Amino acid sequence: MIAASLPVQRPSNAKALIVDGQGHIKHQARSEFVNLLRPGDVVVANDAATLPASLSGRHSRTGRRIEVRLAGRDSLDDVSQFSAVAFGEGDFRTRTESRSNPPALIPGDRLELGLLRATVTRLLNHPRFILLQFEGSQREIGEGLARHGRPVQYAHLPTPLEVWDTWTQIAGPPVAFEPPSAGFVLDWNMLASMRARKIRFGTITHAAGLSSTGDPELDALLPFAEPYRIPRSTALMIRHAQASHGRIIAIGTTVVRALEHSAAMFDGVVQSGEWLATQRLDASSKLSIVDAILSGTHERGTSHYELLRAFVDDEILGCIDQELNARDYRTHEFGDSVFLERAANRTRPSAQPSVAP
Amino acid sequence: MNIHHKAPNSIPSPLTSADDHRFNPFPRRRVAITGGTSGLGLALVRELLNRGADVAFVARSRERVKRVVQELSDAHGIVGDVSRKEDIHPIAMQIVGALGGLDVLINNASDLGSAPLKLLADTECEDFERALATNVLGPFRLTKALLGSLAASAREGRESVVVNVSSDAAVNTYPRWGAYGASKAALLHLSRIWDEELSLEGVRVLSLDPGDMDTPLHAAAVPDADRSTLKRPEMAARELADAVAAVLSRRASESDLGSNSDSEVVVKEEIG
Repeated sequence: MIAASLPVQRPSNAKALIVDGQGHIKHQARSEFVNLLRPGDVVVANDAATLPASLSGRHSRTGRRIEVRLAGRDSLDDVSQFSAVAFGEGDFRTRTESRSNPPALIPGDRLELGLLRATVTRLLNHPRFILLQFEGSQREIGEGLARHGRPVQYAHLPTPLEVWDTWTQIAGPPVAFEPPSAGFVLDWNMLASMRARKIRFGTITHAAGLSSTGDPELDALLPFAEPYRIPRSTALMIRHAQASHGRIIAIGTTVVRALEHSAAMFDGVVQSGEWLATQRLDASSKLSIVDAILSGTHERGTSHYELLRAFVDDEILGCIDQELNARDYRTHEFGDSVFLERAANRTRPSAQPSVAP
Repeated sequence: MNIHHKAPNSIPSPLTSADDHRFNPFPRRRVAITGGTSGLGLALVRELLNRGADVAFVARSRERVKRVVQELSDAHGIVGDVSRKEDIHPIAMQIVGALGGLDVLINNASDLGSAPLKLLADTECEDFERALATNVLGPFRLTKALLGSLAASAREGRESVVVNVSSDAAVNTYPRWGAYGASKAALLHLSRIWDEELSLEGVRVLSLDPGDMDTPLHAAAVPDADRSTLKRPEMAARELADAVAAVLSRRASESDLGSNSDSEVVVKEEIG
């Protein structure tokens, strides 16, 4: 695969690799995604807008430059406390893996991040992974983040990303730390096409976390816990589709995580409300809600790739990897897509994925 | 209140005073208003707060935003300039962050182009550009940035409304009102098209002309106007709120809000 190097959400030549429930692979233009859907299907996307989660400033105790990338939160509404990954000198032109370390951080350290002021309240079992408490009212912090934050940047893109590059067409609550980029495929014309074909569309709001921290130890912990909210209309739509044998199509890994987490908590039924997704989906997970996923092309070893193993066997995934490489699929946030139907041998089971309390 | 672009029977009549106490759709509605520290915008902030809405407003001057919030502590004040592309997403983020979503967006901030008004041939290009940036591109960009929230609200069975504040200069050719009139004409046409396109998403786009009001913008345009002949912004705000209420009430009435549980409403909207 090659890195998608332009921040274009819907390039006209975007491709999609399709795998049906029997493991057959084919290729088509991604713009024809709607043709993969059937009347009665429900398509669910993550409508989180992307926070400009990269904050640069100064570590007060040493005076050294520091960048923090907000990485996690316990609630969709509270903006006073975040987990964050800290970096030292440098910018996005340096690969995340090669960035210098931040000054040694200890609880009580203060950070000056533009107009924002924050305190390191504790280290989260890693010298660069911290819990940050911002000072001020929710309004002041919200303004500080909106005005001073920059989108998390990617070294494979030649120019800095602007906030508008990172928002999907359906972006709503600003709670994600990196874009729910599978949703880049959607535009309002596509939603109208779905409606005309009696394909229903719903959203969830899921605080998608960082996709990479640049540290193998931290990356092994991904995905972090992520809060999500399921609206009433989406929960009802899913129940209705299940009763009438419609399929549930997830746009992106965050949707799978949220819907399966909810179902695991409520005896296989997706409930509306706000919860904290803590589980990790992989080859051992039994999916009880999602029938197919449209996702980016992920690299082996990442948490996103692990989640795809819940849909298809490793043998099929190996074939997919070969096809993606042979046909020069583009990877990363602005890359091409895969559409995987859950393998026929992975039918909706009664067993549920485990959920941490 | 002139509603420009709809046949008379396609927009519900504003509620009469007798209707006012019967159903007020604004409690718990999340409303954002641009240009909210003076004139019609400020009057709208007051009016909609009084009707129980959760209100965020946007204006360029931090000092004036602060002053309004001191007076109206329930309102969420946001500093930003809708004519600047770079401000749009920070504004949208703060609106949705503060309100937790959005049901009604009122694009009220306006720019005359040149003050005092000038013949079109004497109008500086930069003044025309500013009028277009504030009166057309600003509402376009902000609506686009907030459309995900508005559509999400509609999917939950709540009518979503965008109001673009218009003017009779959008349809009449007044000499010396060229930059303003052309920009408002563009906004009117944008509203018409968007209303057609977004109706299936459950988002209505209205273009409302509040009439000649006694506001700072009017004073800048016509310094020697007889103020006694001009409409009070408070009156225009009531009329505009009534027009929005009629749209919100119609959707509520269509889905029998009040006689069914919310979830039943959603079932009707989404499944039925």
